[in-house]
Amino acid sequence: MYSNGYIFRYAAILVIIAAALLSTAAMMLKPFQERNMAIEKMGGILASANVENIDKEVMIDQFNEFVTEALVVDQDGNVVESLTEGEKENGKAFNINMKEQLYRKTNGMDYELPIYKIDDKGKTIYIFPLYGTGLWGPIWGNIALSQDLNTVVGVTFDHKGETPGLGAEITTSPFEDQFIGKEIFDDNGQFTSIAVVKGGVAKLPEADRIHGVDAISGGTITSNGVNDMLKNVLESYVPYIEKQK
Amino acid sequence: MSEEKKEREPLFSPKNLKLIKDPLSINNPITVQVLGICSALAVTAKLKPAIVMAISVMVVLAVSNVVISLLRNGIPPRIRIIVQLVVIATMVILVDQVLKAFVYDVSKQLSVFVGLIITNCIIMGRLEAFAMGNKPWPAFLDGIGNALGYGIILIIVAFFREFLGSGTIFDVHVIPQGFYDFGYENNGLMILPPMALITVGVIIWVQRYRNRDLIEDH
Repeated sequence: MYSNGYIFRYAAILVIIAAALLSTAAMMLKPFQERNMAIEKMGGILASANVENIDKEVMIDQFNEFVTEALVVDQDGNVVESLTEGEKENGKAFNINMKEQLYRKTNGMDYELPIYKIDDKGKTIYIFPLYGTGLWGPIWGNIALSQDLNTVVGVTFDHKGETPGLGAEITTSPFEDQFIGKEIFDDNGQFTSIAVVKGGVAKLPEADRIHGVDAISGGTITSNGVNDMLKNVLESYVPYIEKQK
Repeated sequence: MSEEKKEREPLFSPKNLKLIKDPLSINNPITVQVLGICSALAVTAKLKPAIVMAISVMVVLAVSNVVISLLRNGIPPRIRIIVQLVVIATMVILVDQVLKAFVYDVSKQLSVFVGLIITNCIIMGRLEAFAMGNKPWPAFLDGIGNALGYGIILIIVAFFREFLGSGTIFDVHVIPQGFYDFGYENNGLMILPPMALITVGVIIWVQRYRNRDLIEDH
């Protein structure tokens, strides 16, 4: 029979070996995993501006080729940093932690947010990264506005763990494509964001339909999360947008 | 199960080969023992995730079997299940990390199911039933055999679901456009989990039809 002391020692040593093994593996594989995540992020940015023929293998080169400028703007809309040449994936804009900056915003502190510009046949497309909360965890994405900084060219969304078939539908094209052509400012130039409307935009008065999309049935909390994310994040970019006009 | 074994048994003796062959047919983990059904439903909509899942299970099962078999004389019986779980969980996390580093897309697709290999009853079942009482080499073969038996069913099911449900094999279209022009449509039902269960059912049916010994007498 094994003594209690033996059992404790056995368990302790086993767990220490397992922990050492796992932390070594995690540290060694981290650069590869981070590269994959960076590539995914670049893919989202390019896809929101409807860049065609995106290829994962050469994503970093494509990203540097298509993105003409990577900016960092502060809460007053001033450009803090602008990168037009070189490796934008190592620049400040690409490595900003949206969660942290939006937390600072909520708490009334200074914050800085990234913007990307892509050239589309002589016209500039502005891409604004988004970050918010869904039902089970974070949701994020990118929204691309055309040169007028009002009309949506495209959006991409992604999520950590929304319910498959319900909230997770925000990443599918039927939902994302609804945003194309919508406007974030009303006729008087007031910021209105784009509402994700439960029950459908058809409920809204005719004039407001340009500022709304249909929510996802059964995915109300995720849909509301998208709604709040758009409002909260786009609002932070309004000072910058005002300065461009 | 082998007890008194002779010294210096050849590596692929008939008895050892049986460890690999049996799970492929008369002792298949899915169709005969009905284990690991959950993941068989979840990851078989396309061939690629099914194959990655099969390989992941094989790595986890073979290595865990060997580790447990090496430790078998030192493991205190009172905490043996916990020890088995620690070994399985460590392996699964390693596999998950490797997938995230090298096949990120597939890892996203498999998402929670890689983590759920920990709860795949085939693995724990083999550790408890075989590795705890056998030497490392037979344990290794047993692990490979059972994982192959599991994997082969996964791949058969995924083949039919992807072919009939999406008209593709490894994401390459194999059904000619002409068929669609004549009104052929992909069967969307095949993409949904219930059809995996029905496909597994058909495989069990065919297997029992061909091998009457498997039919239970009532």
